[in-house]
Amino acid sequence: MNGNDKGGIAERSMGFGLRALNRLAGSDLLDRIRVRKQVERALFQTTKGGFRSATAAGRTFKAAQKLGKPARQRPRKPPSLFDITPDDEQQMFQETVRDYASEKVRPAAQKADADRSTPPELLAATNELGVNMLGIPEELGGVVSEQAGVGAVLIGEALAHGDMGIAYAALAPGAVATAIGHWGDAEQEATYLPAFTGEDVPAAALAMLEPTPLFDPLKLATEARRDGEDWVLDGVKSLVARATECELFVVAAEAEGLGPALFVIESGGKGLSVEAEPAMGLRAAATGRLLLEGVRVPAGALMAAGERDAYVECVHRARIAWCSLAVGASQAVLDYVIPYVNDRTAFGEPISNRQGVAFAVSDIGIETDGMRLATYRAASRADQGEAFGHETALARRLCAAKGMQIGSDGVQLLGGHGFVKEHPVERWYRDLRAAGVMEGALLV
Amino acid sequence: MINLEIPKKFKPLVSQANQVANEVFRPISRKYDEAEHEYPKELDMLASLIDGMNEGSDIGGAGAAGVRRDPRENGDGENRNGSNLSTVLGIVELCWGDVGLLLSMPRQGLGNSAIASVATEEQLERYGGRWAAMAITEPEAGSDSAAIRTTAELDGDEYVLNGEKIFVTSGDRADLIVVWATLDRSVGRAAIKSFIVERDNPGLTLDRLEHKLGIRASDTANFTLQDCRVPKEALLGNPEVDAKAGFGGAMQTFDNTRPLVAAMAVGVTRAALEETHRRLGEAGVEIDDAVPALCQHAAAARFLEMEADYEAARLLTLQAAWMADNGRPNSLQASMAKAKAGRTCVDVTLGCVELCGSAGYAESDLLEKWARDAKILDIFEGTQQIQLLIVARQLLGKNSAELR
Repeated sequence: MNGNDKGGIAERSMGFGLRALNRLAGSDLLDRIRVRKQVERALFQTTKGGFRSATAAGRTFKAAQKLGKPARQRPRKPPSLFDITPDDEQQMFQETVRDYASEKVRPAAQKADADRSTPPELLAATNELGVNMLGIPEELGGVVSEQAGVGAVLIGEALAHGDMGIAYAALAPGAVATAIGHWGDAEQEATYLPAFTGEDVPAAALAMLEPTPLFDPLKLATEARRDGEDWVLDGVKSLVARATECELFVVAAEAEGLGPALFVIESGGKGLSVEAEPAMGLRAAATGRLLLEGVRVPAGALMAAGERDAYVECVHRARIAWCSLAVGASQAVLDYVIPYVNDRTAFGEPISNRQGVAFAVSDIGIETDGMRLATYRAASRADQGEAFGHETALARRLCAAKGMQIGSDGVQLLGGHGFVKEHPVERWYRDLRAAGVMEGALLV
Repeated sequence: MINLEIPKKFKPLVSQANQVANEVFRPISRKYDEAEHEYPKELDMLASLIDGMNEGSDIGGAGAAGVRRDPRENGDGENRNGSNLSTVLGIVELCWGDVGLLLSMPRQGLGNSAIASVATEEQLERYGGRWAAMAITEPEAGSDSAAIRTTAELDGDEYVLNGEKIFVTSGDRADLIVVWATLDRSVGRAAIKSFIVERDNPGLTLDRLEHKLGIRASDTANFTLQDCRVPKEALLGNPEVDAKAGFGGAMQTFDNTRPLVAAMAVGVTRAALEETHRRLGEAGVEIDDAVPALCQHAAAARFLEMEADYEAARLLTLQAAWMADNGRPNSLQASMAKAKAGRTCVDVTLGCVELCGSAGYAESDLLEKWARDAKILDIFEGTQQIQLLIVARQLLGKNSAELR
């Protein structure tokens, strides 16, 4: 690489995140949020009552410079060797988010859970880390030229180590940006992505889940009917993060004649409403239901021409994202119970001197590591352009089953103390159950 | 850069091992399960072939010789895929064929691993290329290997060994037996050393061969050592009794061999899963990756759950081997892999028998055999409980006096 080759450092940094880190370094936001501020939450309190309300009156999304064809991130070149080490840029990004999660997210978690709301300054700060830009092609202002599924997994894991509910709240807009970056056409990309690369990133949600037992994302009850050139949507979407705030939705619906597909829908339209849907966990994400009643959208709202492959890929990528959160929260459980069982004494010695306690800790460690590796594998295959549905299905089963068990064991190891809100393990118990329930909502 | 796929350079080895498993092991798998204690003579030819595979040191081999740590592998930051990983991959394939036969492979015994792990260059010269079994367990000392009673006394230029050893895999067939004995019972762990004993040493008497639940192709021998004299040079590693180094010398072998036993479990697990997948397909049960498990046939959901555990066990095993290749301490990950792979192998093979019903239970198929073979993999080289102890001590920062 010679000195006047501008591609040198730039090329290296394009791979992942350095530009995002630069943004962060140049910002005074991290300094600002160190100052404790009393934040007005009246807007969010309205979500608690269960009143139905119109969706947020959002901004006007207008197509900026439109490309001739949609921009896409390149698949990563498959490395020749087996490797479990993130590359340098990923490591820097990971460490930054880890520090942030432990310094800012964890201390805010209990209150955010109780308030059913994540403080706006925390969401803004998380945005500024660049976490919601990972799926945006570079040509459209993104920071990553190659597919960044592994990067998204590392970030999801790191943020969820701070708090899974806040991680959901903070990463939900990125799912919409990533969906459009992956499957949007040139028009959709030009219209919506600029908003996600600016400072004021809109609240946005990928709404797939429906409130029905045995929900299958391939058999949606939400329907999109053709009416002339338009589509008309009816249905109910469940556990949508920050539903009342959202300015933009990507909604999964059974498209007439096509099968399950994604639609981009701006908030504020007729027939679109939200109601609070508090759940056992993920409460910091202010989950709500999105109700669609005769919502009319133009033909251009349909994504990926309704191709089934794109939709199935979206289902899988969302599951990887939820796995990453489950891994982070499970690691949080492990890191929390270790000092507890070492300090807590019973019968004259630390309870961790007993195999019944110690083996439960071993199992948390073993299963968390297994979940992590399975999740990394699915994500790295996705980045390399390899089939990853099978690997995702396995990671999903692991994270759903073991994540739940780890949540339960976390409480159990603290006994009665684990059951009260003095310790975070009861929150993790509630949050980790979500790993087997959620569909859509987040993306890598 | 994170990549958990099998590296291209090992694909020929994996494919070779798979052919061996498919064309040599599988056809004689049932035969030697039934003919317990009969020597699988088909393996002789194969063993030479494996020796050849082991010669190419960078790629490693399919057996135990590949676990020696290269002093160059000291973590200079460059990612390496070496003999630990290739050995694990080879073992997975061969045990997909038959784990009992793999354990019977000449010159691939755990004794060979011990020699490969801790022998001096002179010892490697002297004992290399010969088949070595491993004798640790005693009637009164299983998992608690620090409690072994077999003694070694220095008498001039020789050590004199006395004691009783049980559960010695391939003990009757091997050329050498690596015997664990204590130089001084009052000192404890630090005094435990391993000694290489020639099989034809007159002080070594075969008491009997065991009849077992599984891995019946592999012989399990019990020995008595009575005034068994070996040259001073037969002691593996450092002869000094160093209380600080503790068990290190002898136990070091296990950090290297646990991923190998985990790999055996992974191979057996995959065999059962593949056969069950095929049979479920015949029964009209399709497994869909996109549809949630609970929206599918109960058998499909169960299968996915088992395969998920298999995936975790497999990746933990590769991780432990990869860390060894890169000179990173992996004792925690090795035990995690062994614990997960061992229990997964038992759960999955038994689960597959249930899913396949009488076809799984009957001897007409190999599923019932794999379920019997599986159990030992959660026992030898450290039981499930011992692995959990090791993992817990590491995670909790406890020693063996605090967490017993």
